[in-house]
Amino acid sequence: MSLMKGATGDWEVVIGCEVHCQVVSAAKLFSGAGTAFGAEPNTQVSLVDAAMPGMLPVINKVCIEQAVRTGLALGAEINLVSVFDRKNYFYPDLPAGYQISQFTRPIVGYGTLTLDGLEDGVSREIGITRLHLEQDAGKSIHDRDPRTTHVDLNRAGVALMEIVSEPDMRSAEEAGAFVTKLRSILRYIGSCDGNMEEGSLRCDVNVSVRRPGAELGTRTETKNVNSIRFIKRVIEIEARRQIEILEDGGRVTQETRLFDADKGETRPMRSKEESHDYRYFPDPDLLPLVLEQSWVDEIAKGLPELPDAKRARFIADYGLTDADTDQLVAERESADYFEAVAKGRDARIAANWVIHDLFGQLNRAEVEIGQSPVSASALGGLLDLIADGSISGRTAKDVFAEMFISGQDAAAIVEAKGLGQISDQGEIETMVDSLIADNPDQASQFADNPKVIGWFVGRIMQATKGKANPGLVNELLKRKLGE
Amino acid sequence: MGGLTELTLSEARAKLEQGEMSAVELTEAHIAALEAVRPLNAMITETPERALRMARESDERRAKGQAGALDGLPIAIKDLYCTKGVRTTAASNILGNFTPTYESTVTSKLWDAGAVMLGKTNMDEFAMGSSNMFSAIGPAINPWRRDNDKRDLVPGGSSGGSAAVVAARAALAATGTDTGGSIRQPAAFTGIVGLKPTYGRCSRWGIIAFASSLDQAGPLCRSVEDAAIMLGVMAGYDAKDSTSVDVPVPDYVAGLRGGVKGLRVGIPAEYRVDDMPEEIDALWRRGADWLAAQGAELVDISLPHTAYALPAYYIVAPAEASSNLARYDGIKFGLRSPSDDLAEMYERTRAEGFGAEVQRRILIGAYVLSAGYYDAYYLKAQKIRTLIARDFSAAFADVDVVLTPTAPSDAFAVGDKADDPIAMYLNDVFTVPASLAGLPAISLPAGLSGGGLPLGLHLIAKPFDEATLLRAAAALEEAAGFDARPPGGGS
Repeated sequence: MSLMKGATGDWEVVIGCEVHCQVVSAAKLFSGAGTAFGAEPNTQVSLVDAAMPGMLPVINKVCIEQAVRTGLALGAEINLVSVFDRKNYFYPDLPAGYQISQFTRPIVGYGTLTLDGLEDGVSREIGITRLHLEQDAGKSIHDRDPRTTHVDLNRAGVALMEIVSEPDMRSAEEAGAFVTKLRSILRYIGSCDGNMEEGSLRCDVNVSVRRPGAELGTRTETKNVNSIRFIKRVIEIEARRQIEILEDGGRVTQETRLFDADKGETRPMRSKEESHDYRYFPDPDLLPLVLEQSWVDEIAKGLPELPDAKRARFIADYGLTDADTDQLVAERESADYFEAVAKGRDARIAANWVIHDLFGQLNRAEVEIGQSPVSASALGGLLDLIADGSISGRTAKDVFAEMFISGQDAAAIVEAKGLGQISDQGEIETMVDSLIADNPDQASQFADNPKVIGWFVGRIMQATKGKANPGLVNELLKRKLGE
Repeated sequence: MGGLTELTLSEARAKLEQGEMSAVELTEAHIAALEAVRPLNAMITETPERALRMARESDERRAKGQAGALDGLPIAIKDLYCTKGVRTTAASNILGNFTPTYESTVTSKLWDAGAVMLGKTNMDEFAMGSSNMFSAIGPAINPWRRDNDKRDLVPGGSSGGSAAVVAARAALAATGTDTGGSIRQPAAFTGIVGLKPTYGRCSRWGIIAFASSLDQAGPLCRSVEDAAIMLGVMAGYDAKDSTSVDVPVPDYVAGLRGGVKGLRVGIPAEYRVDDMPEEIDALWRRGADWLAAQGAELVDISLPHTAYALPAYYIVAPAEASSNLARYDGIKFGLRSPSDDLAEMYERTRAEGFGAEVQRRILIGAYVLSAGYYDAYYLKAQKIRTLIARDFSAAFADVDVVLTPTAPSDAFAVGDKADDPIAMYLNDVFTVPASLAGLPAISLPAGLSGGGLPLGLHLIAKPFDEATLLRAAAALEEAAGFDARPPGGGS
């Protein structure tokens, strides 16, 4: 158990997350308007989104399917009957004066998510309380004009899944791992692109502290944290703040807070931004959502292999380490790429190349694996040249760098640059014979000092600009010098 | 030209079909009639130029043999229906000069069938009321007068303007909306036919919402047959309204004269309320006798939760309204009373934009949905609603229709009950149960009160059985032979 030290002893941090995930869908939750990020303000707004008089919501089936997929991927209970409620409050970027959400009867019930690869090496189950669908609000823009607020309704009505965890996490690291894993699953099944910079995935972080084994403390909720690094920072800052209050004999106030990344602090939201009484009630414009079990079963059949299953299979089938596997399965594209490279080749060598060489180059170039200039089959071709002795491992690194820049395949680069390895036994034997003949003194030392072979290898490599097959050179030298 | 406005919709249709008059002539007669009845304050917006253009186009279509079911027939539209390019106010100041860029599904169907739009009718603000007194442009007036009494009478509400223009022979028919009786009660007060279809029968898309789970579009006409014709056009599934129901729309006119022989008519004991005037009770008995005389079987039934319908309605409807009307916030269109402070802007805009009755219902609605009161009010009201629906489905296991009076009184004077919301709400006592249960119901004129004012009888049928409802209504209509007409406007 990871504890935080205070002036008066240890404290346990208790964390729960509410993750808001934008559903991947061409249209909004209840209207046909588009959802593309970065469009000109108020260009993706239907009459329904603007809540014009007499307009009515119609459920977008794609969003329902995405929520069900997500629920299934989290091993959660799918509620065949769920209800959309109205959450009533006034704000200029909420055109109807209410948000359509799911309050008492969400579409997805209890599920779990397993965290592996934590620092203590233990895996941990995190409970998922529920997943519900709701509309996003629009955006209020306060900085265009000192006296007026502008409203952009492009986001208004976009489908969000709110995924609520149990207060099962006990450290910033665990919370970070939770959101990372959740994001990975969402991206595997394609229900959310997980892009935190664009706001497709945002997290409300609930934090409280207590003495180990004591009752739960009073929690605070820090809203709209938009990176995993910030989530961890919020937890550390908020836990430290609460510990200080409690150790000074104070009480933590249950409240909603905002994170200020520049100042590195959380602070309470103004009371106006806080919830008072949302007057939830079932939206009378929408009938209860009733799903057929057979439809849910069809969706389940269409789910891809999920990270946990893939992880287990990679370890079992390929003999990879836990750490390597975690890197490969974090993104479905990486895992697919690796498997394409590993097919019919040495999996561990393939994993090494993908993780160290490919990921390294991609990171430096800030390119996603989907846009990699080196395809899986091209990398496979490079590994084949090493395996059949056409090039050395050392040369392969240079060839790979060239492949990444030019997009050419390995064989073409090796050919064009004359990098092919000399594996012709006759050719190397001639060189070895003449080298020994020319240097009888060094050759005679071999019997007493076998390390002198290194001098001969160096000479051969020098003469061939490193292209001589080192294994063959060594083998021939040993034989000839030992005669 | 006065004679043309005396026609019923179906009679006018026949004359157009036979080429005895043109749509332009018919429309001009109604435009003139509307001008003549302006003292009734029944219209919020008149659209004579549009009407004439539509009439000319109708005559052209008819000449080509392309006339639709309502081609060339001038009708009025309640100002709760969004009409593209025509200001739509819901009789509220808060909508300002709101002019929709879209046309409601129901009015689209009417125009597609060739109907001619005369304009938008007065109503209680946001359809909240039973008198049409609560309108931003002032009350609409009933064309009827009580004998020996010069006081203006209410036409009922909320579809009061629609009822008044149809009763005054200034429109062949009008659309209304009915949430707790807003079509049927004004029909009864003005001596015409008002039909509230099954919830889900007509699309609500493009109709400004009052209480979404109760609102339903329907026609106000001068005959049961006209109501059947209008419903045939207005009804139908609409994918844009998730609560509309995909069931076929039968030919309502075809079965209209099928008679009531063997029809089982339920007479609910609980509708005999304590202080109901004897003349209403007598009319009810007479109505039952008329049906029995034509071969219907009268069955005493019980709808035990009837007494709880009105209080439940006045929780559910305001609750939904408080949320539905939140969008009128001064941000996007309509009235805005500026302030540097957002909350103050909301408060001023809504205080100035909404009338007293609308504010009362928003407050009631917000209250019953509040944390701590939700279970005691809203949830309990919803349970009562379920029980009321169950009462009806149990009764309909044994009967085909239920017969009741439409309203507990005849039309009252403008200004009466204005300060007594409870007395006003009691107007809906007979109409609200069918609304809560989502059932089709119709009011038709069946006699005159002691004061010489029309009284209505009310029939309720099974869900989506408007055909039987209309057939029973046609039998009653024939037996009642109601031919009284308002002394005032029209002729």
